[in-house]
Amino acid sequence: MHFTINGQSYDAEPDIRTSVLDLCREHLGLTGSKKGCDHGQCGACTVLINGRRVNSCLTLAVMHQDDEITTIEGIGQPGNLHPLQDAFVRHDGYQCGYCTPGQICSAVGMLDEVKKGWASHASGDLTDPKFDDAEISERMSGNLCRCAAYPNIVDAIREVGDTAPKGRSADEKDAAMDANARGELVA
Amino acid sequence: MFGFGTTNSLTMDKPHPDSLLDTGVQGVIGKPLDRIDGPLKVTGTATYAAEYQFDDMAYGVLVGTKISAGKIVSIDVDAVKSIPGVLDVVTDFDQFIRVSAQGGATDAPTQGVKDIAFFGQIVAIVLAESFEVARDAAARLPIVYDEAEGQYDFAAHRDETRIPPDDAAPAHFKQGDVDTAMADAAVTVDSTYVTPSQNSAAMEPHASTAVWGEDGSLTLYGAYQMPTSDAQQLAKSLGLSAKKVRIVARYIGGGFGSKLGIAPESVAAAIAAKQLGRPVKAVMSRPQVFEATVRRSNTEQRVRLAANAEGKLTAIGHETLASNQSTEDYFEPAGIGTHLLYGGENRLITHDLVDVNLVLSGSMRAPGEAVGMLALEGAMDELAEKLDMDPIELRKRNDPKIDPEKDVPYSSRNLTRALDEGAAKFGWDKRQKAGTRREGEWLIGMGVSSAVRGNMMMESSAKVEIHPDGSATVSSAMTDIGTGSYTILAQIASEILGIPVANITMSLGDTNDPPAAGSGGSWGAASSGTAVYLACEMLRGKLAKAMDVSEDGLTLKDGNAIGDNRSTPIGELVGKGLEATGHIKPGKQEKETSQAGFGAHFAEVAVNVITGETRVRRMLGSFAAGRVLNAKTARSQCLGGMTFGIGTALTEDLIHDTRTGKLVNHDLGEYHVPANADVPQMDVHFVDERDIHANPIHAKGIGELGISGAGAAVANAVYNATGIRVREFPITLDKLLDQLPAV
Repeated sequence: MHFTINGQSYDAEPDIRTSVLDLCREHLGLTGSKKGCDHGQCGACTVLINGRRVNSCLTLAVMHQDDEITTIEGIGQPGNLHPLQDAFVRHDGYQCGYCTPGQICSAVGMLDEVKKGWASHASGDLTDPKFDDAEISERMSGNLCRCAAYPNIVDAIREVGDTAPKGRSADEKDAAMDANARGELVA
Repeated sequence: MFGFGTTNSLTMDKPHPDSLLDTGVQGVIGKPLDRIDGPLKVTGTATYAAEYQFDDMAYGVLVGTKISAGKIVSIDVDAVKSIPGVLDVVTDFDQFIRVSAQGGATDAPTQGVKDIAFFGQIVAIVLAESFEVARDAAARLPIVYDEAEGQYDFAAHRDETRIPPDDAAPAHFKQGDVDTAMADAAVTVDSTYVTPSQNSAAMEPHASTAVWGEDGSLTLYGAYQMPTSDAQQLAKSLGLSAKKVRIVARYIGGGFGSKLGIAPESVAAAIAAKQLGRPVKAVMSRPQVFEATVRRSNTEQRVRLAANAEGKLTAIGHETLASNQSTEDYFEPAGIGTHLLYGGENRLITHDLVDVNLVLSGSMRAPGEAVGMLALEGAMDELAEKLDMDPIELRKRNDPKIDPEKDVPYSSRNLTRALDEGAAKFGWDKRQKAGTRREGEWLIGMGVSSAVRGNMMMESSAKVEIHPDGSATVSSAMTDIGTGSYTILAQIASEILGIPVANITMSLGDTNDPPAAGSGGSWGAASSGTAVYLACEMLRGKLAKAMDVSEDGLTLKDGNAIGDNRSTPIGELVGKGLEATGHIKPGKQEKETSQAGFGAHFAEVAVNVITGETRVRRMLGSFAAGRVLNAKTARSQCLGGMTFGIGTALTEDLIHDTRTGKLVNHDLGEYHVPANADVPQMDVHFVDERDIHANPIHAKGIGELGISGAGAAVANAVYNATGIRVREFPITLDKLLDQLPAV
């Protein structure tokens, strides 16, 4: 099989039972993604697959022929940190560090979802979600942190997200409403 | 002051009023520096126990029992050995450890797994070429049991108690006569609080990678908080000399007590690796972490308070029932904080154990205070209501000048300041009478609690080297479990040696380095920090000598030694390099003063009048814990503790089936730790304080002070919002619904 991980090409013959998480950790030496529960309950294994955040413990490697996978190693490296990684360091958005790669991958995916106008449980207006602390907390609640760096994680994401474009025109809102009515996610 | 050779030892027999951290001019101590290990953690390049790679490593998957009491008759190894890829199934009925070791133990924990003491007891390890094959074979391994009756229902056996031996707190303590004081008092409270079992639920599951050397030595890459004593436990369990065992724990994905002592995967991995002749990696599944490591015991706590009309306490009774296995003596010391928090002449503080066939009970973050304060501080809130007195005022009236039991002074105690400064910051003056504030469908309330956590010094050592290029290396078997040890120890060395933090290399979590007490009981920063301090103090003396100036006349800053109107790069003073080892031991100060951190928690909650759901809207912790070594990491420690408090008050509830002993909620989907949306943007305030009796760096522990009382503040806020006093934790909506006011 063939995978593109962090822009690099990988050929592997995974067991049909091998998750994307175990493929990365146990077969390709990419141990940045963490296994906290292996049940899709903690989010420590979050990676991006074709740009969307996924619990990599819950999806089998054999389902991802030719898919583009981004793990924490592809987000940034020591000395070349992604703005979110840098913000997590400055705001102390971690303690033990075990959930951190998943938090950061999740935040990358989440900011993109906000940018695309996807609503969440915390959104007052489903066609024009705001970018505020309640939205960040809600959207990041699939990533547990037992050290409980949550307030600092919110601070880090708010800072980076604030620099991202937000808000929609009336026409864009109408288009989003129509798309929602059709049951489509708006990209 | 200096020892001979290269070791500088100190026994904490006398106060230490002067600190090199106050005279240092590097200006880094206390500063909110980013963690020096941060770039590794945010890029996934920090290496945890299961991430060491070896060419011929085999995967081990542990097998736990499917019954809760009885014996193993047989394990049909041959039934799974034919599965392609399976290498072996290893068990050792005598040597496998039945339970985790308690923190700091130097003996092996209870060994022998043929007798089954609880559901999920680890009895075998399946070895295979891949994780998938090992997992499959482990699931299919046939085990024949001889099942027996077990005790799973705490409530049904609550009258069959035993008195355990004294531990962190005395099992039974009595002073004066609580019964008579209760009968004579103007106002009394007599309430029973119930708290459930809990799990530390660190994000990293317990993991060990065992590698044997040709000389019969064992290296275990483990997820352990206290490598020095863990190596001793492991050596005893395996019948090895401690010198033959090395534990490496550079990064630990959280511990909160659950990784204080070795867990069953360590011995299983070591025995399996020896038999197979290959390195073995054994990682617990998340359900195994819940079922087979350690829990905080459930408790039933009767609290009695007697006070005069002015709210002055005349008696405190705090009687706790906790549970554990019949072979284990650890008890949840729920009354430990009660000994020193408030005055009151008549005192009765007891702990009794009920035997159960459930997973071991042991230390979880702030053993004792974390759940004991729910009861004591809930009862104090009840007393304030009865007296019609502000709960802060009640606490201040009972803030004693000296320890009420030991009759010695406190090393430092700023409870009243923590309460007052916290109240002002929180806006406590806007609190209304219980059940009177409503915003739409939400009932709003504020609660307060005191915080207390005993301060401990534990024997520790650390080595510091200065290299000819002017850089330094700090090494110790201390760990950083997320607490910030890497950073604060570098800050201490930097402040004293005048070497920038960026030029200091840290080596922690390896028993090849000088022994240390590790991370637990909030002693880590003070104990290992003092060891680093002492090493640097000695090096400072050597630098003064090399520079030919008096120590008082020496200034170390930005890599230079300055004195006698001369400035020399530090590296030029060390020849081929200088090293010193610092060594600290607890001493008489521990007995001559009563040492603890104090603080106060403030919470504002909203309780939904329709659903009974409780949301924490605001929370502030105000803490007096001596010198803050790094304002950023100290704040994070407190945020973490306070969040544990939210979980304790509202969601965390480890439930065993009282008929079968099976753990009902053995994963993170069903055992509810707080998620991001459960936690508001909380605030932390530090009261300026130094503790000269605790250690030369004048700091006290902080990691557990943040949880002590946090849950009680939330529970008291729920009462203030609703007028409903829930004494059975967690406060889930079903316990409020039938008493909520009309919509």
